[in-house]
Amino acid sequence: MSNRKNHEPLVHISKRDGMTFKKALIIRIGAIAAALILCAIITMIFTGENPFGIYGAMAAGAFGSVRKTWITFQNVSILLLIALALTPAFKMRFWNIGGEGQVLIGGLAAATCMLKLGDKVPNGILILIMFAASVLAGGIWSVIPAIFKAKWNTNETLSTLMMNYIATQLVAFFTVLWEVPKGSGKIGIINQDTNAGWLPNLFGSGFSGSKYLLTIIFAVIITAGMFIYLAFSKQGYEIAVVGESVNTARYVGINVEKVIIRTVFISGAICGLVGLLLVGGINHTLTTTIAGGQGFTAVMVSWLAKFNPFIMILASLLIVFLSRGAGEVATNFGLNQSFSDILTGIILFFIIGCEFFISYKISFRRGGHKK
Amino acid sequence: MINFALLIPKAVVQGIPLLYGSTGEILTEKSGNLNLGIPGVMYVGAISGVIGAFAYEQGLSRYPENGFLAVMIPLLCCLLGSFLMGLLYCFLTVTLRANQNVTGLAMTTFGVGFGNFFGGSLIKLSGADVPSIALSTTSKYFSAGLPFADRLGWFGKIFLSYGFLAYLAIIIAVFAAIMLKKTRVGLHLRAVGENPGTADSAGINVTAYKYGATCIGCMIAGLGGLYYVMDYACGVWSNDAFGDRGWLAIALVIFTIWKPDIGIFASILFGGLYILYLYIPTGMDHMELQQLYKMIPYVVTLIVLVITSMRNKRENQPPAHLGLPYFREER
Repeated sequence: MSNRKNHEPLVHISKRDGMTFKKALIIRIGAIAAALILCAIITMIFTGENPFGIYGAMAAGAFGSVRKTWITFQNVSILLLIALALTPAFKMRFWNIGGEGQVLIGGLAAATCMLKLGDKVPNGILILIMFAASVLAGGIWSVIPAIFKAKWNTNETLSTLMMNYIATQLVAFFTVLWEVPKGSGKIGIINQDTNAGWLPNLFGSGFSGSKYLLTIIFAVIITAGMFIYLAFSKQGYEIAVVGESVNTARYVGINVEKVIIRTVFISGAICGLVGLLLVGGINHTLTTTIAGGQGFTAVMVSWLAKFNPFIMILASLLIVFLSRGAGEVATNFGLNQSFSDILTGIILFFIIGCEFFISYKISFRRGGHKK
Repeated sequence: MINFALLIPKAVVQGIPLLYGSTGEILTEKSGNLNLGIPGVMYVGAISGVIGAFAYEQGLSRYPENGFLAVMIPLLCCLLGSFLMGLLYCFLTVTLRANQNVTGLAMTTFGVGFGNFFGGSLIKLSGADVPSIALSTTSKYFSAGLPFADRLGWFGKIFLSYGFLAYLAIIIAVFAAIMLKKTRVGLHLRAVGENPGTADSAGINVTAYKYGATCIGCMIAGLGGLYYVMDYACGVWSNDAFGDRGWLAIALVIFTIWKPDIGIFASILFGGLYILYLYIPTGMDHMELQQLYKMIPYVVTLIVLVITSMRNKRENQPPAHLGLPYFREER
């Protein structure tokens, strides 16, 4: 740019050595607070309501009644489970964008078992078969791009993305094939009269959260399990090494191809489990939108939490709170439901942006043009 | 027998939004930015154009109709909207060095939500007295074909029956192909995408190239959204109607192995594949097969992706630094 000698740029950016956890936390909270304020301003412009009213309405949308609270926690669990599923792959620097497709295929496997075996085997065995089928289906669906990656270094971001849409069309194919009634394009509630293959409600009908509890329990178990797996197991260590440097991993004798395929299988298998929970436990039907874009949202949750399962709980909670809250605001004011996506987007931009201030230090030129 | 004089124009109008999207994404990816926000950008481009056209048509009661303004207002709004999205992406990934995949996905969430929100709430927000967004006045300028197309039979139908944005898409694609292959700017851009460190030491301003390519790429992609709503959909906005075309445009980038000139034919091919299911007789008993035909573009793309990585020919690879941030002091 300038040929002047000893030219010092106005802004100098350098990598930080490390930041205290407390300071990093303050920056993150500051970013979220700034984003929430911006969201409030935008909502104010569209609705004319004051910010306290808006966040009050949002809180009412997410936690306004016992039932709403349970649904919020159920949604958090689903999002959290998908994020947890993607995490081992991400930690290995394998960009599994295919959560959406893997959930769908898991759901498809569960629905197939419910429809085809519903009246042939006892319910307990049916659920076990569904479990195995979903987990296996999700795993296999994710392993296909993993094999390409391991063998030929195929770009996994793009291949997992394609697998999503192949899965969507596959599900669309079967929904039309099995549609009830003919021509509706929908499967409808599966086994409505026999409830075959429906995942059990825990603690009986007297307990308000019985319908929602199973998903939440799965989320709790897998959160803890994933934390232990990544932090304390040998396989978790191998994942970390491959993620840091493939060459180092090869040098110390890790079979990189094997680690990639195994890790991505685990990733897909948990996504498949989510498909089972969605089809067998929550919706009791299969549609192409059953994952509802959460496979993509989970990518952001996992990454923003820096692959820490416990921070993922908070990140999922934040996103679900926003989306349910904004849904309530939109309903109250007759606005479109997509309002929540705008707010989610804004929050994400702020959190994404604030990472910079955690990993880098900005120093300004001192004393102007002297010297 | 399939009637090609009927099928080809249909494939072309399906292909044009994809061509815009893929040309824009190719430019972006050549600078090393993998922008997964393209579906969102196309939505924002479309809705920005719609908002412009809507405002223009609301003003028609006071001012006389003017063909030039009817085209320019939506066009400029669309370019501005998609430019801002590109700027946001660059600010986050280039200046703040955020992860590209995460930023892109967040932009898609935001952009699709933005489009559907304003599409669904525009009438209520503006207090206009119309039942739905149907921009027939502006749309007719966008979809006007060449006047003598009707008189030339099949030739006119296949080559001359489209609105001006369709021809613009092809011109932009040809221009982008020449730019990438033959000019110094193109060479520099490719250098930035392949190895920004080397480009930087050769005196190329990496940041400027990344910003420029991504913002221009987003503006081109945004035009695809505008074409879809103003020409193909005749100015009628309906939520989620644009569908997964943005992702298909990203698929197209791989399919064309990062070459905009191949993109012209490939986008028409994809456009044809996208609607092929309407023309293959499945019979009323096997409607489900249509869904499998819709899968073809994605399967074909996946196969192309795998084959190019298997053959490992250097000229057919993605830009080597695709998806990675560049920080000068990190080398």
